Amino acid sequence: MKKLEQIMDAHALDLALTRITHEILERHSDLPALCVVGMQSRGVFLARRIAAKISAMEKVTLKTGTLDATLYRDDYRYRMPFRQPQVRVTDIPFDINEKTVILVDDVLFTGRTTRAALDALMDHGRPRMIQLAVLIDRGHRELPIRADYLGKEITTLAKQEVALKVSEIDREDSLWLMEIEESD
Amino acid sequence: MKLQARHLLGLEGMSGGDINLILDTADSFYGVLQRDVKVVPTLRGKTIVNLFYENSTRTRISFELAEKRLSASPLNFSASTSSIHKGEGLRDTIRNIEAMKIDMVVVRHSCAGAPYFLTQCTDAVIINAGDGLHEHPTQALLDMMTIRQKLGRLEGLKVAIIGDIFHSRVARSNAWGMKTMGMDVILCGPPTFLPQHHDCLGVPVTDNIDEALEGADVVMLLRVQLERQSSAVFPSVHEYRDRYGFDIDRLSKLKKDVIIMHPGPINRGVELASNVADSEHSVILDQVTNGVAVRMAVLYLLGGGENG
Repeated sequence: MKKLEQIMDAHALDLALTRITHEILERHSDLPALCVVGMQSRGVFLARRIAAKISAMEKVTLKTGTLDATLYRDDYRYRMPFRQPQVRVTDIPFDINEKTVILVDDVLFTGRTTRAALDALMDHGRPRMIQLAVLIDRGHRELPIRADYLGKEITTLAKQEVALKVSEIDREDSLWLMEIEESD
Repeated sequence: MKLQARHLLGLEGMSGGDINLILDTADSFYGVLQRDVKVVPTLRGKTIVNLFYENSTRTRISFELAEKRLSASPLNFSASTSSIHKGEGLRDTIRNIEAMKIDMVVVRHSCAGAPYFLTQCTDAVIINAGDGLHEHPTQALLDMMTIRQKLGRLEGLKVAIIGDIFHSRVARSNAWGMKTMGMDVILCGPPTFLPQHHDCLGVPVTDNIDEALEGADVVMLLRVQLERQSSAVFPSVHEYRDRYGFDIDRLSKLKKDVIIMHPGPINRGVELASNVADSEHSVILDQVTNGVAVRMAVLYLLGGGENG
């Protein structure tokens, strides 16, 4: 893959997360009932950062979890055999019944991953409310799904990709528009 | 990520990368089994035949549960109630079952190589649930998953496998798989229970139980398959227990964090003393729980795509 254009640098990324955090706090005053669940893999780090910002601002410790929706995807039987996506860790070490769950992902594209995540969450319990926070909405939705909290909306081609790097595992914070090359 | 193989016939020749992929995937399914809702929709619409030509309770139930928890549709076929009593051959049986549009076949058979034979006459994915004296790969995978879960790693650990090595497909699959994963395996049993060609499994073999147990991190006892023994190779239960039975006395000489395993069903008081089987060192019931997770992982990794 080839880098086409930088969409956000570290500063812009932090500002976006700070704004999303403020918007979440504006809409939710019952903090003990609030929890943040990040989607594998980069959404996990965004969720932790949002939870840390809320904790710092409001002096509370927010529960955070990790969700992998691979087993709930709708393309299992359409993929080439023996090329299944790796099942990653799901770790939601608290009861989500009657909680408000903020689901965090890096990129909103077709909406299919979010659909899978909603089903996966429902198998963990019955939250009072689920809201979706994403850093980038790149369009091309195939399902009636939208973000409640959004970092930035951009226009992309379907064959392009949006790639987030986070300092926790990629040594830097940045967001790139990528082009898939023939050789990929 | 993908498995190199299309079928799971055995662990001989399987790469460490594939074994790790199965074990990592199984850890994720272990998480699913801890939830209130223990079902995921992944294999919805897939039909899986459990073709059991040999009696089995726990392996068949474990596979069936794994299939149900992945939302697949299991179909059970056991030899005692089927048309093989009427003389139908394996090839015809599988062709008939295949004609009913199935996706995967889990097979147990008394002949070594039966699962491989099936891959030659059907397009369905074949999973070996035990073939003759050859292999029982999902048992070895669940054993390795349990060891990793309890001791945190596989590489460098010493495993003593004790019992009727010759008749044990569990020992064979474990010897191959564990050696690939860098474990130090030693097989032990009375001389009549050992393979004639000692080096054929690529791991040391001994009839001296004290030598086998020395420094062991894991002790795996095998069931004395009383139904398979003739008096020529197996003099008496008492003699076996006295010389090779694993009791509290032998346990007390081992490492403090040693784990005791058994593929079940146990002959209590023969190969394994009752109080050891129920001790805190025993992980026998963890093996059973992990068996479902490992089988879910194998079904998941091999079951994708359209039929065949």
